[in-house]
Amino acid sequence: MEWASWSEFWNMGGRGFFVWSAYGVTAVCVVAELMWLRHAARQSQRRLARMQEWDKSPEQVGS
Amino acid sequence: MNLYHYASPPNFYKLAGTLVPWAAWSAAILGVCGLYIGFFVAPTDFQQGEAYRIIFIHVPSAWMGMLIYLVMAFWGAIGLAFNARLPFMLMRALAPTGAVLTAVALWTGAVWGKPMWGTWWVWDARLTSTLILLFLYMGTLALWSAIEDTKRSDRAGALLTLIGVVNVPIIMFSVVWWNTLHQGSSIGVTHAPKMAATMMQAVLLMTASAWLYAIAVVLARVRRIIVERERKTEWVQKLLTAEA
Repeated sequence: MEWASWSEFWNMGGRGFFVWSAYGVTAVCVVAELMWLRHAARQSQRRLARMQEWDKSPEQVGS
Repeated sequence: MNLYHYASPPNFYKLAGTLVPWAAWSAAILGVCGLYIGFFVAPTDFQQGEAYRIIFIHVPSAWMGMLIYLVMAFWGAIGLAFNARLPFMLMRALAPTGAVLTAVALWTGAVWGKPMWGTWWVWDARLTSTLILLFLYMGTLALWSAIEDTKRSDRAGALLTLIGVVNVPIIMFSVVWWNTLHQGSSIGVTHAPKMAATMMQAVLLMTASAWLYAIAVVLARVRRIIVERERKTEWVQKLLTAEA
């Protein structure tokens, strides 16, 4: 183990701000990409289901 | 196994669906192992102290940013040469992840540069060419969204990527060709790694994790693109009915 205590771990030899902002921003980017992917997939699924409904009942379009 | 089997969108859709959870879980497990070794096993660097630990995301994300661009160019060339559908869909699925990882490489480089070089940014060859890579990704994404017609949009994007691909070797060799503030490579095939074995292990685990993350996200994204583009076909209609 490299660290004597947790506070020493978070301090990162005085470079805590730089190290943790690197890891923090990376985590935010990864989570944002995953959430965006999920959101887009759901939206697309809903839109395609709606389009399929329209295709099935052409007489209702425009009424 | 016939590889052409998977050139057909319905077969590839199924294959991708099977691979996504495997890739995602492997990425998570390797990432946790890599971070554990990187933070709790790897020693303090004798020159850089603890700040060097940024390397465990900086190097993998920078590698992936370049690799994904090469893969995009490859699929763009295949798509243009064979006029196939799937390569262009893969290209579109790759670009957002490539852009995100390049942005991560630039950001982690900036917060590493500040304590080590005393500056967030310099216009040296390595940094500038990596920034150009990010702009190429964003330019391609913008081009795709600007051209309504899918076929023309795909071809334009592939062409732009094939022109932009000359930037990748420039990034790779920038530290050799020019006198850069950015250090030369610590890991290479022609020399032993210039770092402790445990540091190296963590970098390699994080790189494997980044690969698998990219594979999982890109395959999940391409599945949606396939369904969108093939929505008039019988197999997608059946799929949508099954899902509803």
